[in-house]
Amino acid sequence: MEPSVKTVNLTKKFSDITAVDSLSLEISQGETLGFLGPNGAGKTTTINMLCTLLRPTSGSAYICGIDAVKYPLEVRKKTGIIFQEPSSDDMLTGYENLYLHAMLYGMNKNSAEKKIKEMLFITGLEKRAGDQVRTYSGGMRRRLEIARGLLHEPAVLFLDEPTLGLDPSARREIWSYLGKIKSDRKTTIILTTHYMEEADSLSDRIAVIDRGKIIALDSPSALKSSLGEDLVFLKGKISDQALNLPFITHFEKKGEGYEIAVKGLSKNIKKLLEEAEDVSEIEIRRVSLEDVFLKLTGKKIDEEGKEESGGVFESVVRYNSVRK
Amino acid sequence: MTINFRAVYAVLLREIKVFTREKERVISILVSPLLFLFAVGKGIEADSPAAGFTYQQFIYPGTLAMVILFTSITYGLYIVWDKRLDFLKEVLAAPISRGELFLGKALGGIFSAVCETIILLIIGAFFVLKINLISALLCLLACLPISLMITAMGLSIGGKMKSMEGFGLVMSFLTWPMFFLSGALFEIKDENFWLKAAGIINPFTYCVDIIRRILIGYSHFSVFTDLSVIFAWLILTCFIGIKIFGNLQQGK
Repeated sequence: MEPSVKTVNLTKKFSDITAVDSLSLEISQGETLGFLGPNGAGKTTTINMLCTLLRPTSGSAYICGIDAVKYPLEVRKKTGIIFQEPSSDDMLTGYENLYLHAMLYGMNKNSAEKKIKEMLFITGLEKRAGDQVRTYSGGMRRRLEIARGLLHEPAVLFLDEPTLGLDPSARREIWSYLGKIKSDRKTTIILTTHYMEEADSLSDRIAVIDRGKIIALDSPSALKSSLGEDLVFLKGKISDQALNLPFITHFEKKGEGYEIAVKGLSKNIKKLLEEAEDVSEIEIRRVSLEDVFLKLTGKKIDEEGKEESGGVFESVVRYNSVRK
Repeated sequence: MTINFRAVYAVLLREIKVFTREKERVISILVSPLLFLFAVGKGIEADSPAAGFTYQQFIYPGTLAMVILFTSITYGLYIVWDKRLDFLKEVLAAPISRGELFLGKALGGIFSAVCETIILLIIGAFFVLKINLISALLCLLACLPISLMITAMGLSIGGKMKSMEGFGLVMSFLTWPMFFLSGALFEIKDENFWLKAAGIINPFTYCVDIIRRILIGYSHFSVFTDLSVIFAWLILTCFIGIKIFGNLQQGK
């Protein structure tokens, strides 16, 4: 089957900076691909070229087999975009924003009205549809824009940092809507994000992008397992026997305890604790996409990513145990 | 080439809704023309070049043209606001050509200018001079090409502008000179060579002239000259505007 999105050596240069560097990629129908990368990696530029907002310097892009450079209007009929920045008109009501969108995409009155109703229901905005968008919260606005992006039933949906600047609960809400869309229709979704957890939970495949180039492309789990082991921090008296168990690949003394890299953590944790003599504190740190990212790019994703990494990204299980 | 009128209408409809909701903008545009009409027009007890009319009545057509000028230019420049809000991206990513977008926007500018003109016509009819229905309608008719020409100017500049900071510059270096050098407040005389030269180059001179002819039957140029200059400029500004819109892309 023809890929939904295909790029061949797609390149964009801004004066002397190469924002996107010979990107070649194929995305099949119904797939969700996440572009993960630090700010300025070329994620948004790539999206802008795919949705015909930006002309590539060289190379080509095809959406549903249509050349994006030669037939931008045809491509735009097939695509829906949810932008990084708010792009609804705050002087208009939610309903009007959706209705104008339907008109721009050539939907007739009846099907537009029906579809708007449906989208308002899905995004839970029915009650506020008659209010001007300037009275909406950031999360509601984003939901409205998601409703709008899906209104004309695009074959390919672009999401540029769909949850940037939203609080964690609004972010989860958006994810659940996107999850629904993914399972309900066969929409191909391309999203950019620098939130690891977002990329992890939504994408079928992740393209790690740095300085305009894809440096890794695989499923989130494959990317994580390619990196390897989860980490266990044990405090207390640990026997040499425990440290030399076969599933331990690496350990290091850190302060009053040890940092131990463990293969197959879920299966082996029990054994490890049994062999260790006197453990007073345990901390488990699952391998995260951020580790993958760090390993691949050699840098932290950025300030915002860091902030998140303290809490949500790393599932830290912590408990104090006093062994008998 | 076929024009997607529904999409053009969508753009226009949005402009109409925003215009009718932004009351502050509708009113603030009228402030300068009204100051000129009532403070300058009444306060300066100058003689009117047109016999049988007061100075205030003489400059009234100029202030009416000024309303069209200010509304259209500001409207055009407001596309920068769309850019900042990222609303423009939504339209740019839609299956509507840049020419259609320009057309919708230009129609929005004409709509705004016609509305503001109607307000000033009513004020004028009550406080300044007798205006019969036919001349009022002729004024509105003249308003169409004038506002299209100036909106296209505004859209062209706005399409190139990156932030609203340039707004003040355009007002100081384009809008106010166009107004002051147009003969809206005085008669263009042969003795003053530089003022006359500036007036002839200035497309707005002909806008003032044709409205003055309609309202008080006094003019410097023939109707034919007025209209041909206005339409020549209109074609030029629209051409430039569509070109600039064609190149609208995301900066990033």
